[in-house]
Amino acid sequence: MEIGLGHYLTIAAILFSIGMAGIFLNRKNVIVILMSIELMLLSVNINLVAFSQFLGDMTGQVFAFMVLTVAAAESAVGLAILVAYFRNRGDISVDDANLMKH
Amino acid sequence: MGVIETLTHAFPELLLVLGGMILLITGVFLGDRYSRHISLIAVALMIGAAILTLLGQGASANALFDGAFRIDDFAVFSKIVIFVAAAFAILMSIGTLPGEELGRFEYPILIILAVFGMSLMVSASDLISLYMGVETQSLALYILAAFNRDSRRSTEAGLKYFVLGALSSGLLLYGASLIYGFTGSTQFETIARIATSGETNIGLVFGVVFLIAGLAFKVSAAPFHMWTPDVYEGAPTPVTAFFAAAPKVAAIALFSRVLVTSVPDIIDQWRPIIAIISVASMTVGAFSAIVQVNIKRLMAYSSIGHMGYALIGLAAGTPEGIGSILIYMTIYVVMTIGAFACILMMRRRGGLTEKIADLSGLSKTNAPLALMLTVFMFSMAGVPPAGGFFGKWYVFLAAVNADLVWLAIAGAVASVISAFYYLKVIWVIWFDEPAPTFEREVKPALRFTAAGAAFLMFPLTLFLVGPLREAANHAASALF
Repeated sequence: MEIGLGHYLTIAAILFSIGMAGIFLNRKNVIVILMSIELMLLSVNINLVAFSQFLGDMTGQVFAFMVLTVAAAESAVGLAILVAYFRNRGDISVDDANLMKH
Repeated sequence: MGVIETLTHAFPELLLVLGGMILLITGVFLGDRYSRHISLIAVALMIGAAILTLLGQGASANALFDGAFRIDDFAVFSKIVIFVAAAFAILMSIGTLPGEELGRFEYPILIILAVFGMSLMVSASDLISLYMGVETQSLALYILAAFNRDSRRSTEAGLKYFVLGALSSGLLLYGASLIYGFTGSTQFETIARIATSGETNIGLVFGVVFLIAGLAFKVSAAPFHMWTPDVYEGAPTPVTAFFAAAPKVAAIALFSRVLVTSVPDIIDQWRPIIAIISVASMTVGAFSAIVQVNIKRLMAYSSIGHMGYALIGLAAGTPEGIGSILIYMTIYVVMTIGAFACILMMRRRGGLTEKIADLSGLSKTNAPLALMLTVFMFSMAGVPPAGGFFGKWYVFLAAVNADLVWLAIAGAVASVISAFYYLKVIWVIWFDEPAPTFEREVKPALRFTAAGAAFLMFPLTLFLVGPLREAANHAASALF
């Protein structure tokens, strides 16, 4: 079987959905949310590289590198905020993040 | 165009990013004792960037950096509003952040970096620069939300903002990748050329929908508004004042530019989505705010509602509609900054109070503050002749002229409902039993900001709305 653009797009869509489900279904640990976010960004990269190859256009791969860079910065900021949060709370459970609720 | 010449067109951005880095190094060596000076220099940088933007207006250069960056009248208008809003946000923080023991020098620097991102956003004319602008802004804003790192509420606000912001970036990016894949280009102009031809491209529409969802998160429009009340309440008040003003302008400007310049010919596909988002935001803003007791949460729901009104102009999709968005956002920014200056004056025993009940009987204990708050509440409710009325008027007018009468009616109904809670605040201020007085000692910067904004909203707005409309319509025509 020839592996074409559709297969790449499908796997990217599946990974993206898993990432999104991970954010909404997970009730225990914020670290898992960070991993889910990373999964979403990387599935987009699959999309971009597959399109780039299919179209014979380099822009998609340039875009993918930009996404990688930003994803690294985003994880750094996210983990820093998570550390500050942990120092105030002593745990990182998602369910406990409810100081402000109306 | 050579590299040097290209860079000369991006002077305001260069000033911000270089100034920010120099201030960062200076701050590291001098420490927090000089945070006040660094804040003042940051204000000067904002003003300088606004002046440079204004000076560069004549030499309108359309496609810089291989078409990734565009300086037109639309960008110039939005940038000036953003820079001025950020300057006032820093100015308001000088007196108030140290009071909360937060006088760290990183604060103005993070705002500078965020504003640099916003400046990229309003000038972006390519999906890559759009994404980079959004992320540059967002990463700085996440940190600002958690700026009071010893407070449980502030860190929780930062964490929530980060998680939902990253999710929205993911949606936006997925949409961008689909648009790229189905048009073969990331440049708005090229996308527009391909999006016109022939039958509807389902992949492209799919991508546009994801892009809209991601951007709706950034402008805090319903149903993507969940983060707004928590972040507004949890973040330190000066940070909330900044969040409510400049980032909203940048996000709405980016929203307008993307849809109007890259997919103008499939407006029938995206107009219903924008209209639904707009009605949902106005409804959430009108009903959820009624039960709030915390004034920062009230402002959060109020801003969700205001984004709904602004999006009416985008749903119209005409030059008049985009012009009305610019008018709306300018007026919105002035009244929001003024209202937050008043909120920052609600101090008792060295700390800020946030309950609406704390305002009761304010007219008897502090008449000037009561008067200013009343002007802002009337203006946000859209009661003529205060400023907010003109914003709503032009937005509704644009909708009617674009055959969206139902949307204008929905907006009018929502604004009547939302008037209830604004008037409730006014009722508390003027007719309830006086609560203990607020501290008399107020930073001059706050007093000046609040009074200036109040005068702008009433009566100066009656004279300024004409020129503002002219400038906004001129700026909006740059997109078409």
